[in-house]
Amino acid sequence: MGDKSMPLDDFAATIESGMTVGIGGWGSRRKPMALVRALLRSDVRDLTVVSFGGPDVGLLCAAGKVRRLVYGFVSLDSIALDPHFRAVRERGAVETAEYDEGMLVTGLRAAAQRLSFLPTRAGLGSDVLTMNPGLVTIASPYTGEEYVAMRALPLDVALVHVNRADAAGNAQYLGPDPYFDDLFAMAADRCYVSTERIVSPADLPAGGPAQSLLISRIFVTAVIETPGGAHFTSCEPDHGRDEPFQAHYAAAARDPDAWRLFRRTFLDGGEPDYHKAVAEFHAGRGGPDGEGAGER
Amino acid sequence: MTGITRAEVCAAACADAWRDAGEVLAHAVGVLPGIGARLARMTTNPDLALTDGEAFFMSDPPPLGRTAAHGGVVEGWVPFRRVFDFVAAGRRHSMMGAGQLDAYGNQNISLIGDWRHPTRQLIGVRGVPGNTVNHRTDYWIARHSPKVFVEKVDVVCGVGNDRARAGRGLRFHDLGVVISDLAVLDYGADGRLRIRSVHPGVTVAEVRRNTGFDLDAAGATETRLPSDTELRLIREVIDPEGLRHREVPAPAGPGLTGR
Repeated sequence: MGDKSMPLDDFAATIESGMTVGIGGWGSRRKPMALVRALLRSDVRDLTVVSFGGPDVGLLCAAGKVRRLVYGFVSLDSIALDPHFRAVRERGAVETAEYDEGMLVTGLRAAAQRLSFLPTRAGLGSDVLTMNPGLVTIASPYTGEEYVAMRALPLDVALVHVNRADAAGNAQYLGPDPYFDDLFAMAADRCYVSTERIVSPADLPAGGPAQSLLISRIFVTAVIETPGGAHFTSCEPDHGRDEPFQAHYAAAARDPDAWRLFRRTFLDGGEPDYHKAVAEFHAGRGGPDGEGAGER
Repeated sequence: MTGITRAEVCAAACADAWRDAGEVLAHAVGVLPGIGARLARMTTNPDLALTDGEAFFMSDPPPLGRTAAHGGVVEGWVPFRRVFDFVAAGRRHSMMGAGQLDAYGNQNISLIGDWRHPTRQLIGVRGVPGNTVNHRTDYWIARHSPKVFVEKVDVVCGVGNDRARAGRGLRFHDLGVVISDLAVLDYGADGRLRIRSVHPGVTVAEVRRNTGFDLDAAGATETRLPSDTELRLIREVIDPEGLRHREVPAPAGPGLTGR
């Protein structure tokens, strides 16, 4: 098995402007935030982003990286809305394709199976069809019943973050929910896996049941070790969501001056600088608080 | 039992929505729907399947508003991928909120204004379109107002009766009730919302004043009070911390005792 490990610093150069990028996780849970932060520091632009959206979408939108957004929702979970997402939408600053969550799954599934569409009931009768003018319905060839022909959502690249992976690209999740990370990987030409820790192949089955081995290396392009790489989203059981920091992010995102300061403090440096600044943020508040585990 | 609050009336009304649901997944968004699902499970519908709102079915649910990480007994693993499978299979019954809801039960949580350039972006359609064409859907409105109950929603997320009747393939569309802090509404033969009952202390005029479209009130009764057993379960077992009164505040005073 080849060694696909890649330094974080080499990642952003693999992404080209105009690409369609699928981002794993769900809301503010197990998002590949270190990879997103690397994209923020790059000069990549005009991305189409496909996501069950959280702060990944907010940050990329705020940095002007997104031309088109494909989503079912964008939420920080414990905070209903991402202020950056709200702002770019209300400015009309991004093109959008808003789908029912299940339709998004269906579109990824179609892409993973190299189909151009798959039928689903979800979306019938709703304004999802209005908001996506090219989307059509079809009649069942067997019963005549009407379904939405959900178009495939093929991805140029998928970005996911997992608890553990080996250097060959076998990726393991240890939390309660795999989300759709394996589907993102299979719907993409290339998949970049960031992980809390790269472990030896023997340590993967030792670390959790075989069912936790979510993504096979046959779908993985590179593995990037990024401890804390999902921060400030949750990455159970390694860490819960950093609720105080998320609240700080959301508050800053609502105010241009505060956002400039946030960006300078946390995002303009590299990944080590980010984690140093986060540690200082918590020290300034009287120490990190370990809540979060139940606040997903 | 004394001092019955509006929230407790709402809890019993929510529980009634699941009484005849059978052995399905109760999808409950909001404090009162969550209490109602648990109450139904403990009283009228012991077969109801509860979740922790995350990835687990719970034979014994965790403390209200918390997840399996905080207690309870897991009886099944239901990550999001399986939720969508269950939605499509129809073994689910939703009760959730709305940013806007119109006379035919069309629901909006996506945005306010024009979708190309919203005046106010909300959360997005989420899974509501799929819910409403696959299984029974009820709505819970914690604050009944003309801003929520509008003549026409800006974006149809949850499909209403008018659209369901116009379309083909919507044979599983099933809107049940709308429960608010003022009343229980259901749908007439014409598919329009009407008043089924007003909560004790609320008048039909008050409900109408807070609704942005005409509501038929013929046949409107008074919403029932919770029984002593239900009150004990709500107060001592399901919601000892009183989260229900953060969603529907308890007025100062003696409550609805003796009504």
